[in-house]
Amino acid sequence: MTEHDEIVLAAQGVTKRFGGVKALDEARLEVRAGQVTAVMGENGAGKSTLMKVLAGVYQDYEGHILLSGHEVVFANPRQAQEQGVTIIHQELNLIPNLSVAENLFLGREFLNGLGLIDSRRMRRAAAALLHRLDLDVDPRTRVSTLRVGQQQVLEIARALALSARVIIMDEPTSAISDREVDVLFGLIDALKREGVAIVYISHKMDEVFRIADQITVMRDGRTVGSAARAQLSHDEVVRMMVGRDLKDFFVQTETAHGAEVLRVEKVCLPHPDRSGDFLVKDVSFSVARGEVLGLFGLMGAGRSELFETIFGLHAKTSCGRVFVEGREIQVASCAEAIATGLALVPEDRKRQGLVMNMSVAASISLASLGRIERFGFLSDRLERVLAGDYVHRLNIRTATLGQSVKHLSGGNQQKVVLAKWLATRPRVLLLDEPTRGIDVNAKNQIYQLIHELTQAGLAIVMISSEMPEIMAIAHRIIVLSEGRQTAEFSRAEATEESILKAALPRSLAGDTKS
Amino acid sequence: MLDRKDYKNLLAKSHSLIALLLMVLAFSLLADGFLSRDNFWTIMRQISVNLCISVGMTLVILTGGIDLSVGSILALSGAIMAGLLQRGTELEAVNLYIGYGAPAAIAVGLFVGASLGWFNGVMVTRFRVPPFIATLAMLTIARGLTKLYTGGEAITGLGQVFVGIGSGRLLGIPNQFWIAAGIVLIAIVLLRKTRFGRYVYAVGGNEEAAKLSGLNVARVKRMVYIISGTLAAVGGLIVTSRLNSATPIAGEGLELDSIAAVVIGGTSLSGGRGSVQGTVLGALIIGVLNSGLVIMGVDPFWQQVIKGFVILLAVVIDRFHSKEQQ
Repeated sequence: MTEHDEIVLAAQGVTKRFGGVKALDEARLEVRAGQVTAVMGENGAGKSTLMKVLAGVYQDYEGHILLSGHEVVFANPRQAQEQGVTIIHQELNLIPNLSVAENLFLGREFLNGLGLIDSRRMRRAAAALLHRLDLDVDPRTRVSTLRVGQQQVLEIARALALSARVIIMDEPTSAISDREVDVLFGLIDALKREGVAIVYISHKMDEVFRIADQITVMRDGRTVGSAARAQLSHDEVVRMMVGRDLKDFFVQTETAHGAEVLRVEKVCLPHPDRSGDFLVKDVSFSVARGEVLGLFGLMGAGRSELFETIFGLHAKTSCGRVFVEGREIQVASCAEAIATGLALVPEDRKRQGLVMNMSVAASISLASLGRIERFGFLSDRLERVLAGDYVHRLNIRTATLGQSVKHLSGGNQQKVVLAKWLATRPRVLLLDEPTRGIDVNAKNQIYQLIHELTQAGLAIVMISSEMPEIMAIAHRIIVLSEGRQTAEFSRAEATEESILKAALPRSLAGDTKS
Repeated sequence: MLDRKDYKNLLAKSHSLIALLLMVLAFSLLADGFLSRDNFWTIMRQISVNLCISVGMTLVILTGGIDLSVGSILALSGAIMAGLLQRGTELEAVNLYIGYGAPAAIAVGLFVGASLGWFNGVMVTRFRVPPFIATLAMLTIARGLTKLYTGGEAITGLGQVFVGIGSGRLLGIPNQFWIAAGIVLIAIVLLRKTRFGRYVYAVGGNEEAAKLSGLNVARVKRMVYIISGTLAAVGGLIVTSRLNSATPIAGEGLELDSIAAVVIGGTSLSGGRGSVQGTVLGALIIGVLNSGLVIMGVDPFWQQVIKGFVILLAVVIDRFHSKEQQ
């Protein structure tokens, strides 16, 4: 049995690359038995990647993972589980149509002498486990009928069934109610007493300070600090999380702003499953010709949902008013949004931005086929001219216009998406994480392009998780947290600390009703 | 100039063409009388119905759907054309009898095909029924309606004008071949040269991206089912007029032949990739195979087995090729 406070799991100098991008850079972490180690950091700081290395999801990393002092290399998550390291993902991994007991012992069913499943023995073992966690449900209950909080406890039970020594919890409170949070925390205390080590990932400062014994902060794939909770204050943690390097960034010059182009008033979007709860609540802003408005927020702040709402994707459920050049618009579909001069470069270019089988030319013309139509037929010549023009202007690296976009690099794919939207001749460009997952060179080209577009009079709203990027590019920054607008800064006023403070969720209570 | 990569690409793209040529060569050597003018037109006549239907099927499959109801829609629309020609419409209540000429009967038949296709489309888009299920249901519904309408018997004696459409010739070439060729040409232009064609590929390739680009995804999907239903009715016209008879079992199993033609032609069942040209090759391969095996006197039961393996082979080669490309 592990002694309390002994280092049960350690990461030493772990580096993990995705293509040319370093997601982890000599990251380290120490996890002690019977303690809660909280890991904090902005989006993209490398928390999830490190957890996936620890749980055996990735094998191709550099550095060492030590389990009770001995180096281990997990070939897959199952091997990690067998050796006592379990991860509970934000999206729970239960099979809704199977019973509680079947889920608990999935893949390790108890068999009787005939090789058939011994349901009675499985139910008894499940009941014992549920009792230990104070979860009052029948093992025969179907998982789909349980509340999210109960499902989470079930995930923990599954980890215990595998005699886990380390349980990694990724944002465990993001989808559960306050009462369930209390239950979860009580459970974590009980696990600590049994000597289980907990790794706790969360953005919520109050929560972390309530539950953690150790706090480790990551930034840019590196571990920037680690200390006992008692030795840290909120402000110190925030300071450790920010402070990224600015030197690689193109800085937007001040331009004289023209008239207001887009104004949104009290836009809200109800949560599709939880009534009374909102993904976006009463957000209002405006943006002028030649201006870049930055939208900052952590994961789950409702940033993309805000864009989708403005772009008419949730026309049936959303509320609020949208004005383009002073005139109110009612968009029921993306086609209408495009017609009023809006353009949305979505967050995930593979899933939402591009048809991967299509050629570069067809991808660029897709949202503005009317421009290349003559007498009801598409003109190859006009299409080549249109696409060639944007390939040239945006410096898209492609062998030919007929090349399919799936063969392009991420940066060039992103430029194709931008070209598609610029071809619609928009008045407002909504950019959702326009530089995610692309190399530094392509990033700088996109910053340069944003600059040129504003010079030409376009109004731009840009979502970004990268603080230095948003501070360099945006003239003004508004901050969202849990669907609400919590602050607005001019570029002169904004500091990384003030932005992050506004972005961190207020409290455990999450007063969604007020 | 073509470099090595282009040649490789060209070779990969034309593997169904190469397969077709090899098959023609093999049958010319093995089957006496295969390589003759008469047999050529026999094959063309035989594949023309499958070709009409496979064009519609190609559009549906390109959007990521499937249409299992084409055989039944063929039967029902053919039966309605025959029924109207022979019996007309009697409205006893007002003591009214309406007789139909060939054009009117054909128009009603095509309209019925289009309507059933529209119904499929509405089920898929509005009620989110998976295409496989929606069109499987229509397969049964339309077949049942055909049997009700015909009373389970063939309707024959359809008049010279109507029969002439399917069995006549223009410039020495069978009419049904002209019809099929016309449909193929229109479909190629539609897919390659119009906005609608682009939308078909975009919807099948990435529905989410298509929607965000302002496409009306539901309308595109409804449209391909309407086209598929209409082309099935054209198939019904050809079959019924050539045989001078509408039978309640016409077109049974035709959905499988046309899916086979589409798949052999290299169109991806997951949507977004493929062409009508490919489908034409697919239909030709099936036609040549049928004809060659018959002339060689191969046991019909074995013919089915061989056809099955050809379908598998075509898809395996296609998978292999697209994997290499990635």
